[in-house]
Amino acid sequence: MSTYWKANQRRLAPWLFLAPGMIMFAIYVIIPIFQSMWISFYDWDGLGEAVWIGTANYVELADDPEFYTSFKNNIIWLVLYLLAVPAGLLIAIFLNQTVRGIRLYKSLFFFPFVISQVVVGLIFTWFYAPGFGPIFKLTELVFGQGTAILADDRYVTYGIIAAGLWPQIAYVMILYLTGLNNVAPDQVEAARLDGAKGWRMLWYVILPQLRPATFIAVVVTVIGALRSFDLVSIMTAGGPYGSSRVLSYYMYEQALSEYGYRMGYGAAIAVVLFGIMMVFISGFIWKMWRDETER
Amino acid sequence: MVHKKAGALALMAALLMSTSAMAQDKRELKYFADFDPIPLAAFEALIVDFEAANPDVDVVLQNFDHEGYKTAIRNFLTTDSPDLANWYAGNRMAPFVNAGQFQDVSDVWEANGLSDSLASAKASMTIDGKQWGVPYTYYQWGIYFNKDAYKAAGAEVPATWDEFVANCEKFKAANIDCLTVGTKALWPGAGIFDYMSLRTNGYEWHMDLTAGKIAWTDQKVKDVFAQWARIQPFITANHAALEWEDAAALMVQGKAANYVMGNFSVGNFKAGGMTNDTLGFMPFPEITPGIPRAEDAPTDTIHIPSGAKNVDDAKLFLAFVADAAVQTKLNTALSQLPTNKNSTVPADDPFLVAGFEMLSSAHALAQFFDRDAPAEMAKAGMEGFQEFMVKPENLDAILERLEAVRAKAYE
Repeated sequence: MSTYWKANQRRLAPWLFLAPGMIMFAIYVIIPIFQSMWISFYDWDGLGEAVWIGTANYVELADDPEFYTSFKNNIIWLVLYLLAVPAGLLIAIFLNQTVRGIRLYKSLFFFPFVISQVVVGLIFTWFYAPGFGPIFKLTELVFGQGTAILADDRYVTYGIIAAGLWPQIAYVMILYLTGLNNVAPDQVEAARLDGAKGWRMLWYVILPQLRPATFIAVVVTVIGALRSFDLVSIMTAGGPYGSSRVLSYYMYEQALSEYGYRMGYGAAIAVVLFGIMMVFISGFIWKMWRDETER
Repeated sequence: MVHKKAGALALMAALLMSTSAMAQDKRELKYFADFDPIPLAAFEALIVDFEAANPDVDVVLQNFDHEGYKTAIRNFLTTDSPDLANWYAGNRMAPFVNAGQFQDVSDVWEANGLSDSLASAKASMTIDGKQWGVPYTYYQWGIYFNKDAYKAAGAEVPATWDEFVANCEKFKAANIDCLTVGTKALWPGAGIFDYMSLRTNGYEWHMDLTAGKIAWTDQKVKDVFAQWARIQPFITANHAALEWEDAAALMVQGKAANYVMGNFSVGNFKAGGMTNDTLGFMPFPEITPGIPRAEDAPTDTIHIPSGAKNVDDAKLFLAFVADAAVQTKLNTALSQLPTNKNSTVPADDPFLVAGFEMLSSAHALAQFFDRDAPAEMAKAGMEGFQEFMVKPENLDAILERLEAVRAKAYE
């Protein structure tokens, strides 16, 4: 035993150090993923007997208009949420100055990310509230008739995304601000001597150096868009008549909410959402792996 | 040294024995509930009375957040079951009864003559000919209205549905919403549907519909929505973004005249400044003449889970809660109606008196759409009602969708 340990100590030690994390990861992430897949083949109300129904949940899903509404909203979320990346970059560049009190301004811009998503949702719900909300009043002033954004199936998803963008832009901004701190001043100096300025400076000198920050910003924004749940739950609970649902909320509704007793169906939605996320996550991992091996 | 150790051991043993002796003195009765602050206080008083009557029982009440309880109950019934648990009557308890999670308490009904004293609630507590719990309170639904808004619009309190609809034009002229509702949480819209359905086609038809025996594309369903369409233009706009409390505020402010609501809303109206002089109540008016009048009266209930350890005392507690005097006291504190017909309601509360009268003379009582229909149907239905009140032109598509859900939900 001890001779084996002595001979292989260097080889085994890393695995021992990794073991606690790997065990946790297996128990709380890997195994539940497979359990979800397993449950998605059952008809189960969470209480009684689970009945094996094969792929019936997926067949139903393929034919479920609510599912497509949620899926469509997820795509809208994904596309519009990515606006946080250029918007955050823009603000970060504006804020990257050396004037008196700049730290205070930066922290004020970062403020929306500090407050809870639930609070963000409530604040925006009040902005949109029919009767007294400022946005409602504004539309009343401009169009004569007020529009309650959260009560209108045409605008509701965009209204929620706007609320989500507010903290997300702040987050992306802080990522870029730290990135800008690490931009090499000598390269900027050299570029300036070569006559680069304005857009060309940004595009050819600054942005390439911000690539790691951009990568992280895109990753957190994509994941953030796909797991959008809290804002939908707080602001509309998926309404009006289900038009602002996203996949994660639909999954919750089917499996866990007051009117949901369909664990199998909810699990099937979870598996589909997992599949979509996997496309992006494996893309990101592949890119990271490529960057590391190229080095 | 040795002596000290022995002494400490003896002391420990004495302590252990005394605590276990104390625990043996009182039999623990674990009760999980989901009370808001006012009901919680009322039930704490009830438990004090129960413990005074049964000194050897110690009721341990664990209160949950009202919404969180709906999820929690599914976990604790299977894992760490209490001896008593709150829930609701009608189809809402069916999943637990069918999964064998609630105990049959027909013997409690039998031994205490509850079939007679709780007659009005018996049907909603019965599945497969057995009773699965005991109701302790219910409340009426109906139309609450702002008398000042009626004056401002020059409208008379209507006696018939046609008068109600005619009034809506007057309210519109006065820039007042004839009927208000806040459907963000979906269920308030179901209250309107229930009454449209109960008044257009009657209780038996409505129960058949919620039991899945009638197609949503049936002509009689369309009749219900045809009546509803008459008042649809006069319902508060943007109700899909309003909570029910927001709509109550509109009525308090005189911006809306009528509100189809449960009696629990009276607290909100009064907190907003309305009094017995300005707040009115009427039963929902008759639509199809000659149909026996049925009402919505959601019933709150207590059950004994199958995993209960102290079943004898739990049954004692159920019998206690069903008692007429106990229900009188409890419901006075709750400002709700007792389910025991021998109980009384406080004479100085006109809304409780009117509700008690209305319910005791009713032909039958429905629970509420989301308790009468199974969960999946209820959710889809309430979304459909909300959509209808926003876009009545989508009716055919809505009914098609509900019919598709019906095909799945009642398997």
